[in-house]
Amino acid sequence: MSQPAIWDNSHDQPGHRAPLVLGDDSFGAITQRVATIVEKPKPPRWWTVTFSISLAFTVVLLAMLAYLFTVGVGVWGLNVPVAWGFDITNFVFWVGIGHAGTLISAILFLFRQKWRTSINRFAEGMTIFAVICAGIFPAIHTGRPWFDYWLFPYPNQMQMWPNFRSPLMWDVFAVSTYFTVSLMFWYVGMLPDLATLRDRAQTKLRQLVYGILALGWRGSARHWHRYERVYLLLAALATPLVLSVHSVVSFDFAVSQLPGWHATIFPPYFVAGAIFSGFAMVLTLLIPIRKAFHLEELVTTRHLDNMAKILLATGLMVGYAYGIEFFTAWYSGNHFEAFTFYNRALGPYSWAYWIMVFCNVVVPQMFWFKKARTTPWILLVGSLFVNVGMWFERFVIVVTSLSRDFLPGNWGIYKPTWVELLTLAGSFGLFLTLFLLFLRFLPMVAMAEVKSVVPQAGLERGPHRGHGQYWGEIPHQHEEILGGEGREQR
Amino acid sequence: MSEHGRSRWVFPPWVNQLRVVAGVALVVIPVYLVVLVGFGASPRTTDVGYAPEQPVPYSHALHVGQLGLDCRYCHNTVEEAAKAAIPPTQTCMNCHARIRAASPKLLSVRESYATGMPIPWVRVHDLPDYVYFDHSAHVRRGVGCVSCHGRVDTMEVVQQVEPLSMGWCLDCHRNPDPHLRPPELVTSMDWVPPEKPEVYGRRLREQLGIRPSTDCGTCHR
Repeated sequence: MSQPAIWDNSHDQPGHRAPLVLGDDSFGAITQRVATIVEKPKPPRWWTVTFSISLAFTVVLLAMLAYLFTVGVGVWGLNVPVAWGFDITNFVFWVGIGHAGTLISAILFLFRQKWRTSINRFAEGMTIFAVICAGIFPAIHTGRPWFDYWLFPYPNQMQMWPNFRSPLMWDVFAVSTYFTVSLMFWYVGMLPDLATLRDRAQTKLRQLVYGILALGWRGSARHWHRYERVYLLLAALATPLVLSVHSVVSFDFAVSQLPGWHATIFPPYFVAGAIFSGFAMVLTLLIPIRKAFHLEELVTTRHLDNMAKILLATGLMVGYAYGIEFFTAWYSGNHFEAFTFYNRALGPYSWAYWIMVFCNVVVPQMFWFKKARTTPWILLVGSLFVNVGMWFERFVIVVTSLSRDFLPGNWGIYKPTWVELLTLAGSFGLFLTLFLLFLRFLPMVAMAEVKSVVPQAGLERGPHRGHGQYWGEIPHQHEEILGGEGREQR
Repeated sequence: MSEHGRSRWVFPPWVNQLRVVAGVALVVIPVYLVVLVGFGASPRTTDVGYAPEQPVPYSHALHVGQLGLDCRYCHNTVEEAAKAAIPPTQTCMNCHARIRAASPKLLSVRESYATGMPIPWVRVHDLPDYVYFDHSAHVRRGVGCVSCHGRVDTMEVVQQVEPLSMGWCLDCHRNPDPHLRPPELVTSMDWVPPEKPEVYGRRLREQLGIRPSTDCGTCHR
């Protein structure tokens, strides 16, 4: 399954800038390649099959929620002392997944990492859907979800406000802000592409739906000017959120007094973990989809290579955090702190701890090797391990600390019930359902942005050729370039 | 717009008119919601003024306002208990065994007295079941009856005059001074403080050591 040599742009050669996208596509051909995915009257067979399965799991999720709401939180295995289990584990897991999307779309944009253009739409979509899945869990773990509006500070006849000193309250703001900004960023970035789909639409309905979604985009210079401004501003707005949201999530734990939670390392540790898990999820989704839709020329080996490097870097940070936690526990001289970590590694949940260490620390070490970074199937397997490992990391943090706190008389063991297991499975179903709908109905690669990094984009400026080498004849006639641009609309 | 021989679908010109509609809606809908929720659905609107018809046309205006009965003559447990006690029929008959003993208005009182079945009075001031209000705690600290129940001595039919919402409770718990009076004058309907109520109440509060709690557990046990 390794790539043919002509598709390998992962080399680094001084003085030679590797092309960001491959093939000799004209602007129009890129549109053609991406837009036809959503324009085919029938989705490919594998799409129908996976969509049916995902939808079935979404129904399972809804059924589990209905069961939970009618019977109560007793259907979960939670009880004192372990009052947080799968619910919060899943919440942190899904929120973490989202962070890669925002990092790719906002931070890499501000840092002018142009390779992001091929994958940002895709990763942002993943962010939106992951945050939707994440949002479910805090909402349902309250036990009485019909009172969830109490989480918001609204004027009321009780003259009561939420406890603003509680990190759980900050969480509500962090996650809802994150969702709003991510959604706006995603949508605004999609406007030119939605207009392209509108212009190519063959049916009245598609024309109308994409037309409304495109907000009347006509691609005038003024449109582009405003668009670029808004996009830059939103990127600036989203950038701090990458760091702040998961920091706030970590406060849910760090602000409490529980050994194993009450640690100053938590915010950076959680952010690194979030990016780690997010990139793993991007790879898990991207590798099969790139193959299925033949997008290897847009999402190149170099993209995979870059993402694998980020995976390795953040994996090392997470591994460092695991190690330093033990150091802190020992160095603090605090009996309870030391016991907590002894208990993590050798206590009743040690199996989960060692799964976590293996998946998050040992497995990513293979990305020191270029072959592992550039071979899609190895990368896919590695990213799956990381997904599993990062879920277990949250499980270990949430459950081990709660199950063994200060007084041995308070100790307890938590076992998830079938309802919790099916809820987790169902949340994956919802995630994939939304994702597959996105692949089917929206442009999964930012066509307009990718056109700015193809070699042809910089031809008329002589030596400044944008990204990548242009092999072959350089057409000097201005008309020909404009012709290429004109083609994109057909 | 036609650039490449094919027309693009953009919004038709009439959509521009929707901008006005959208602009108006953007202003009107929030105002409407604020008015609806803030005023329309508040207890001040829905509960205040509740004056159910009682099985006996008992007039507080007559008994308290004109005859000068003290509240505690009928609501006799108000200083010791959480509930202020709806009087038993026997209390009515203390007087009405002789006064207007044949009045047709008192038919059901006499009937109740004869059969021993209580008069089904309709409760006017009804707090939610999860609120544990204690009359004695308030009355003994000098919160006048009139502060919550209004001028009962002028009411032919008793009605609710305050919203009895949690926010209304908290208004006083957070700032009790304007509502305090000497505890022996709680039942007086027309008492006015001798100086500024805030100053007078503050002095009373400090003298009596009144510290109204705003903990959840004070009212929600």
